[in-house]
Amino acid sequence: MTRRTRTWLLLMPAGTWFLVMLLLPLTVVLVFSFGERAPAGGVVPAFTFEQYANLPARWTAFKNTLTLAPVGTLAALLIAYPLAYFLAVKVDPKWKTILLVLVIVPFWTSILIRSYAWIFLLGGRGLPALLDWIGIEGVRLINTPFAVLVGIIYGYLPLMVFPIFVSLDRLDKRLLEAASDLGATRWNTFRQITLPLSIPGIATGCMLVFILLMGEFLIPALLGGGKVFFVGNALVDLFLQSRNWAYGSAVAVTLVIVMLITVTIYMRLINRLGASREDVSIM
Amino acid sequence: MTKTPDNISKKKFMEEFRRYHKGSVTRRHFLNVTGLGAASVVLAGAVPGLRPRPAFAAGDIGDRVILATWPNYHDPDNFDAFTEATGAHVQVNVFGSNEEMLAKLQAGGSGWDVYVPTNYTITTYVSEDLIEPLDTARLPNYDPSAFDPRYAEAGSVDGTLYAVPKNWGTTGYAVNTSHTDGKAMTSWKDFFDTTMDSFSGRTMVHDYQLTTIGNALKYFGYSFNSVAENELADAEKLLIDAKPHLFAISSDYQPSMRNGDAWMTMCWTGDGKQLNTDIPEIAYVLGVEGGELWSDYYAIPKGAPHMDAAYALINFLLDPEVNAKEVLAHGYPSADAHTNKLLPETLLNDPILYPAADLLNALEFGAAVTLTDPNRAELMARFKSA
Repeated sequence: MTRRTRTWLLLMPAGTWFLVMLLLPLTVVLVFSFGERAPAGGVVPAFTFEQYANLPARWTAFKNTLTLAPVGTLAALLIAYPLAYFLAVKVDPKWKTILLVLVIVPFWTSILIRSYAWIFLLGGRGLPALLDWIGIEGVRLINTPFAVLVGIIYGYLPLMVFPIFVSLDRLDKRLLEAASDLGATRWNTFRQITLPLSIPGIATGCMLVFILLMGEFLIPALLGGGKVFFVGNALVDLFLQSRNWAYGSAVAVTLVIVMLITVTIYMRLINRLGASREDVSIM
Repeated sequence: MTKTPDNISKKKFMEEFRRYHKGSVTRRHFLNVTGLGAASVVLAGAVPGLRPRPAFAAGDIGDRVILATWPNYHDPDNFDAFTEATGAHVQVNVFGSNEEMLAKLQAGGSGWDVYVPTNYTITTYVSEDLIEPLDTARLPNYDPSAFDPRYAEAGSVDGTLYAVPKNWGTTGYAVNTSHTDGKAMTSWKDFFDTTMDSFSGRTMVHDYQLTTIGNALKYFGYSFNSVAENELADAEKLLIDAKPHLFAISSDYQPSMRNGDAWMTMCWTGDGKQLNTDIPEIAYVLGVEGGELWSDYYAIPKGAPHMDAAYALINFLLDPEVNAKEVLAHGYPSADAHTNKLLPETLLNDPILYPAADLLNALEFGAAVTLTDPNRAELMARFKSA
């Protein structure tokens, strides 16, 4: 077996997977998006841009998604970074593994069940009752955008913690000692060494969370009481309720395009940041 | 804490587990939002090996039958009895809406043997060629003369029988009367006006265009099934005005009604009965303007993999003795006179299950066009994203 054949053979499973599970379905969605809705639902083949012309009818869903996805990503980052920093830098190594496992443990239960649990925590007999007891009355948490944000941060936090943890864990501690020896304050050390070196982790974490958030539908439906409408919810309704596959496909294709554009811009920004980081380290 | 016994039998364990599963996991909305109909599994089917197989199976109908149905809609003991009698295990797929059921069948390869469509979907299933005509010779327990025709006629299309009646019910609303200050709630006008007034932030509407739009149409006295543009525009304005005052748009209303977060919700008969039984101050109201009356059916999808078992299961569930147990378990009325004979008088006189004639006569069956109308679907999307 030549080296070349071996390479091809090893790439086969992943290649087949991508072809069958990604490219083919995407092609089907693309073809459907130019079709028309059949009277009883489903799709009639056609070549029309009608579905795309209708897109403004789901503008609110796109707007909500494009607002909550970055806000949720940023909030998850702000909460995850200190935690990852603590786990990677501060904590006694003998506790490290246990604490890391504790971050993973929630993944053993389905996100569905865990989000459902939040309904009770945020419902009238949960946190609001506790607040009431200490004198803060009339707080409503469940079925608000805030509840959705809480659910999102809770659900996606581990995805943010791990990449950042890995980048901080590999950080060469001697750099920190050197900075200290050269008289840098702790804040300066963090700003000029720790933070720039953890950028790859931040970038990966943000990307993971952001992409998943763009397609999120479960958390808004459960914790937003169906009143917070994302593109994901629009898609579920279009395919499962009104069975308008043609229009649903057009919305799906648009979501993919919006994501590609956002992620491209994001990558450019990260690369530029990476470039300027080298300037910093030379200085 | 009470001491739990060390040993419980496998059968007992499965029963308890299923009851738990039935009560808390298979909720309409839960499934609806997750699209988990297919995945909401059917613990029973996953562990057939745990159950004792009868040494002799009556007739060889195979080892399983797959039923697609609604949440909290059967007595699990009846399924066990069916397995005992025939050797076929009942695997249950629970669904959130008729649309979802239809979408799954349209996509093909559902693998179902029996499903439970609602009256207004049957003509669509026939025109899409997704439903098998029924051979009454294989359903000896089916006695057409025993059924109230109002709840049976949708099962036949152009003289061919496609579906036999399961249960019927109404769509009204449940209201916690401890918050109404003695005001009598009798109409859909009361429902929406109170929502936008003293019940602000406490009302739920279904995440289902048929009932949510239909009941908003009733506020103006229009038909529940209207697809007229100007009437739908009125309903849309009402719904969008009411939206900031809603607690949720969700068909999973029991938990919120029970814990007191919600005070009023659009509600189906069986849920109304269950809520009222546990919390007497929650009343079930049918709007004086009218609303929805519906009837569910048993049917067999085209190409069902276990056809013999499908007929056997439907026939078994139509047995009045079995059917009476079903009604006692789920609280939805049956249209079968033989079954009703076996039910306790208190149940048959229950105003939630069997509403007064004038309230009942004002109700309309949902129409096929109501389900498939694209304008209603878009209206619902605008309402939800408003």
